[in-house]
Amino acid sequence: MAEAQNIPVGSTTAGQIAVAAESTVATRMSAPASFDVADFPVPHGREEEWRFTPLDRLRGLHDGTAVATGDGVKVDIDAPEGVVVETVGRDDARIGRAGTPVDRVAAQAYSAFEKAGVITVPKETVLTEPIRIVVHGEGGTAYAHQVVELGAFAEAVVVIDHSGDAVLAANVDYVLGDGAKLTVVSVQDWDDKAVHVGQHNALVGRDATFKSFVVTFGGDLVRLHPRVAYAGPGGEAELFGLYFTDAGQHQEHRLLVDHNVPHCKSNVVYKGALQGDDAHAVWIGDVLIEAAAEGTDTYEMNRNLVLTDGARVDSVPNLEIETGEIVGAGHASATGRFDDEQLFYLMARGIPEIDARRLVVRGFFAELVQQIGVADIEERLLAKIEEELEASVA
Amino acid sequence: MATLEIRDLHVTVEADNATKEILKGVDLTVKQGETHAIMGPNGSGKSTLAYSLAGHPKYTITGGSVTLDGEDVLEMSVDERARAGLFLAMQYPVEVPGVSVSNFLRTSATAVRGEAPKLRTWVKEVKEAMERLNMDPAFAERNVNEGFSGGEKKRHEILQLELLKPKVAILDETDSGLDVDALRVVSEGVNRVRETGEVGTLLITHYTRILRYIKPDHVHVFANGRIAESGGPELADKLEAEGYEAYTKGGASE
Ligand SMILES: Nc1ncnc2c1ncn2[C@@H]1O[C@H](COP(=O)(O)OP(=O)(O)OP(=O)(O)O)[C@@H](O)[C@H]1O
Ligand SMILES: [Mg+2]
Repeated sequence: MAEAQNIPVGSTTAGQIAVAAESTVATRMSAPASFDVADFPVPHGREEEWRFTPLDRLRGLHDGTAVATGDGVKVDIDAPEGVVVETVGRDDARIGRAGTPVDRVAAQAYSAFEKAGVITVPKETVLTEPIRIVVHGEGGTAYAHQVVELGAFAEAVVVIDHSGDAVLAANVDYVLGDGAKLTVVSVQDWDDKAVHVGQHNALVGRDATFKSFVVTFGGDLVRLHPRVAYAGPGGEAELFGLYFTDAGQHQEHRLLVDHNVPHCKSNVVYKGALQGDDAHAVWIGDVLIEAAAEGTDTYEMNRNLVLTDGARVDSVPNLEIETGEIVGAGHASATGRFDDEQLFYLMARGIPEIDARRLVVRGFFAELVQQIGVADIEERLLAKIEEELEASVA
Repeated sequence: MATLEIRDLHVTVEADNATKEILKGVDLTVKQGETHAIMGPNGSGKSTLAYSLAGHPKYTITGGSVTLDGEDVLEMSVDERARAGLFLAMQYPVEVPGVSVSNFLRTSATAVRGEAPKLRTWVKEVKEAMERLNMDPAFAERNVNEGFSGGEKKRHEILQLELLKPKVAILDETDSGLDVDALRVVSEGVNRVRETGEVGTLLITHYTRILRYIKPDHVHVFANGRIAESGGPELADKLEAEGYEAYTKGGASE
């Protein structure tokens, strides 16, 4: 396989197939990556990277009209001993090293934040307790930037917990030194009106392991770009995601794994459940295997479970391969419905409706939740799923 | 003694913006320990009867009554009917992704029995029941009906029948799609349940083949949405020889 290949697949519950544009990942963006918002035209909605997003619900984050209000979000960081927590100015050299903004809102966030947070786990420091970052929306508008840096052979778990109400554009950089191990759990448990857009860049060092869980429940509109690139061979990235999209919510996850160096691995599994009118989930999974990246092993999967009529899924895995010298590359996307026939079947065996729904949704998410490995988060997620289900049946 | 009584049952479905009457006055009484075969041509309404008894939302009851031991079945929700002792083995069992057979069986047994079965005896009970039906133990970990062959789906239905021990079992074309070996295994499963004497069986079938294994006490010919004739096992022999023509002539069936 010497030539570049483009394998677009996709499905929506409406039955049509959403097919990625035939151009490459890079040229599909309407402007090259940049830290400066002025380099991006204001989107009008027909651009490849904006076509699924309701711009009118971005509350001005995309066109420069959203002004930071000073009371946007409150951030509390709880870090175990040995971790360095700093607030730094815009000119700090550690900011922006893991990746460059790829769309206008990410660039807007980068151009507009005043202070950035930097959390450093020094080399060879192995934490036994998670670092917890609590981001609470206070009803205003905010731009933010957070850096999490692990020195060589450091190990840490970071939980970023979003709740409350805010209009927030925030980028996060994860920089992993050689042999470092970082697990990140980002929970979007926003109130109904919140808008949250951000780009999460991970730069995975030589032989380092990055594991990410992106869990999205709340908000009016959430649009995240989890992205991974490698700084040396032997890196591994596992990107897991779980979303529960309710009536009227727009939840969009746009991933990129850039296999830019040889002998790295990636595994992407995102699963979503949807219920209610105009629940809209978008999943874009771009995996790029560059010509230099021989020995790459990658797999990506998106599965959606549609619990009621009126919900919509756009799922577009996209694998681009520029070298044939790889170990493996695969992708899958499936959208299934929990329909009346399934409900009837379970109920015809004596199982009450709420239990029937619970059974199906729990089963669907269980394998992902179990891999988080942070007990209180796992329990909270399961409880949250139950809550969402109870609300829908009531 | 448990008794299912169906009186003058009328059922319609909505199709293509029109209301279509499928069941046109069904009368039938099934008592505990009895086996009734319902035989009829394609499209005569056999599955409609089965689904209506189980409470499928697509079917609207427009007249008549159904009682189980005097209790109004039509007033009950689908799950209440199952807990009251009705069981429907479906002609086309439904796939339920994400739910393992073992989890499904246990949840279902817990609901029907009113308490969670003790884990140790339960595991043994399921294992033995699966063995008797020649089901690979690996099925317990697969998702309900997902990727099952036609025959495997039917065995899985009968497995549930054995575990849930209903008062009245409605078996909708449990024989269809089975080869001779599978038919024997499945029939033996049904017979084990019948031999307890505690279940009334409504065996819906198009063919007489299964009646060689499961001997009915009563045979009913179903045509055009109602029972056209009732008799003993000899009626099945007559159908075997003559087919359904006598009942469908005059455009009675669609
Ligand atoms: N949900 C439905 N919507 C529309 N029409 C239906 C529906 N269910 C049944 N029917 C119609 O009702 C009639 C009886 O169907 P039913 O499935 O009860 O027949 P059956 O006797 O079980 O046939 P078979 O031997 O093929 O299983 C058919 O004409 C069928 O098309
Ligand atoms: Mg039928």
